Amino acid sequence: MSSDTLAPPVPVGSGGPLTVLHDAWVVTLRNLRRMTRMPEMVVFSSIQPIMFVLLFAFVFGGAIPVPGAEGKTAYREFLLPGIFVQTLAFTAATTSVGLADDLHKGLIDRFRSLPISRSAVLAGRTTADWLQNLFVLVVMAVCGLIVGWRINDGVLKAVAGFFLLMLFAYAMSWIGAVVGLSVRTVETANTIGFIWIFPLTFLSNAFVPARTLSPQWLQNVADWNPVSATVQALRHLWGNPDGYAGAAKMPWPIEHATWVSLFWSVLILAVFIPLSVRKYRSVST
Amino acid sequence: MAAIEAEGLVKIYGGNKKAKEVRALDGVDLAVPEGTILGLLGPNGAGKTTAVRVLTTLLRPDAGRASVLGLDVVRKPTQVRRLIGLSGQYAAVDENLTGRENLVMVGRLYHMGKEASAKRAAELLEEFTLTDAADRPSKTYSGGMRRRLDLAAALVVKPPVIFLDEPTTGLDPRTRIAMWDVIAGLVKGGTTLLLTTQYLEEADRLADSIAVVDHGKVIARGTADELKAQIGGERLQIVVSDRTRLSEAAELLGRMGTGEARVQDQNREILVPVSGGAQLLVSAIRELDAVGIAIDDVALRRPTLDDVFLQLTGRAVEGEPEPGAEPEAEMEPQEAAR
Ligand SMILES: Nc1ncnc2c1ncn2[C@@H]1O[C@H](COP(=O)(O)OP(=O)(O)O)[C@@H](O)[C@H]1O
Ligand SMILES: [Mg+2]
Repeated sequence: MSSDTLAPPVPVGSGGPLTVLHDAWVVTLRNLRRMTRMPEMVVFSSIQPIMFVLLFAFVFGGAIPVPGAEGKTAYREFLLPGIFVQTLAFTAATTSVGLADDLHKGLIDRFRSLPISRSAVLAGRTTADWLQNLFVLVVMAVCGLIVGWRINDGVLKAVAGFFLLMLFAYAMSWIGAVVGLSVRTVETANTIGFIWIFPLTFLSNAFVPARTLSPQWLQNVADWNPVSATVQALRHLWGNPDGYAGAAKMPWPIEHATWVSLFWSVLILAVFIPLSVRKYRSVST
Repeated sequence: MAAIEAEGLVKIYGGNKKAKEVRALDGVDLAVPEGTILGLLGPNGAGKTTAVRVLTTLLRPDAGRASVLGLDVVRKPTQVRRLIGLSGQYAAVDENLTGRENLVMVGRLYHMGKEASAKRAAELLEEFTLTDAADRPSKTYSGGMRRRLDLAAALVVKPPVIFLDEPTTGLDPRTRIAMWDVIAGLVKGGTTLLLTTQYLEEADRLADSIAVVDHGKVIARGTADELKAQIGGERLQIVVSDRTRLSEAAELLGRMGTGEARVQDQNREILVPVSGGAQLLVSAIRELDAVGIAIDDVALRRPTLDDVFLQLTGRAVEGEPEPGAEPEAEMEPQEAAR
């Protein structure tokens, strides 16, 4: 140990408006590096959605009729937005598990003992998860194009769709942050993720037209589900069949799906960002 | 003004219907003068980690106040964080990052800038003899290496006040002694250090003053010498062959010791605080021999935390089973295998 270690403290940069962004970016890079260190994790996280695309397209494809869209690829065009949304909803579980792991390993304590902004660690985590899921989305989209899914309504609407989808993923990630900071172990974080995300995505129009759900109350739940709004918005923006062809009237949230989806995502962010930052401040291992 | 001050700290856990309330801290007062080392000595569950977490702004106390270099830990947490380094009870290193990346990340989070962070990381890796392993993911590190990396991370900005929570628990003896040298080196230049430990020997070796904690309370404090004077120096430990002569031997040895002899019937063991070292050991054996009491085993050993507790509270350590004992224990063979 040289006496240099004991020299006066290194001046610590003071906070500015850009400090939060800087800190969050450092944490993001740290989380992304983990993906490059464990490429198998990235591979597995994209294998599952690919399997979903293939299984649904080829196994259920013939069995689930989509009104107003006949032909071999009709169900696939209907299906892909659903699979995108479902897969990206699981961003929440990714975030939960990542944070629970950091908490368990004492890294959150380390971060909390540093003079960094309270939201930087969470922002860094959600941003890294978001980027990972962007990658997964690209893989899924390519896979979808191969099995016959198409975007039919031009570039602008296509981009708007992807924006809505990734905003939804980001919102889900912040729900996951609250869950991850509330449980004690990675296993619990994982299990809890499955317990709420599966019903959330299945009680929707993601895989079957919501019109076919019964009893009626189930249909109502599905109609108001943020997942349904997002899926419907994507089908609408991308010109994919939505299963409402020939229906007398669309339910209100489905008719205004784009705005409803946007509203849900913004609402979730507005509630869960402050909630998770508060949890982070007082979290104890 | 002391560098670290605490007054009447209270922290209560639980207390709802399911869990019984635990007073992890029950009115703790501490004062660590600048440039000195305080050893917080206590068994598992005594409240050491809780105290460290309060002092490092990670946990809000339920009552009392604490400050670091005059800054209140509850009201000025960010300023406090600029001045402290923390190495927690379990090494908090990112396993997926290399040792170097871990340190650079911490430097950048202190806003030291890319180059300065890299330079400082290299310096620390060198000082902690981690240079060879610097560019390996830290999940491949042994327990001792992780611990050193974690300590290095606490020193990135050369903080004037450092907290180390059980820095050597779970390390094998060789690594422990190396760690002691590292820690002793820290304070030479005026750093203030609060260190928790379960080992009296460690506190004795490193700390300028010691506070003994039990059930969230400080039950004794003073320099190592003062404490030792209170509890007596070494212990003479003798196992007699014949159980029927146990009390006779105890009486004889009691006269030679500085305190009361304790008898453990089932092991036929007698423990007496003594002063006088090896010479006394020889005369004890002689006197026992003179009256014809045969012995199976004899040892002169330094007092341990158990002895402190026996002396101070009249009962043995009743600490909780160590929650992290298993993972730490797993690391040891790795360290030994290197
Ligand atoms: N998060 C917690 N919830 C409930 N009880 C806790 C928590 N953390 C610590 N305790 C309890 O507080 C007491 C002191 O714990 P701790 O400060 O970790 O002791 P030490 O570090 O000396 O082993 C113990 O009885 C422990 O079980
Ligand atoms: Mg502890």
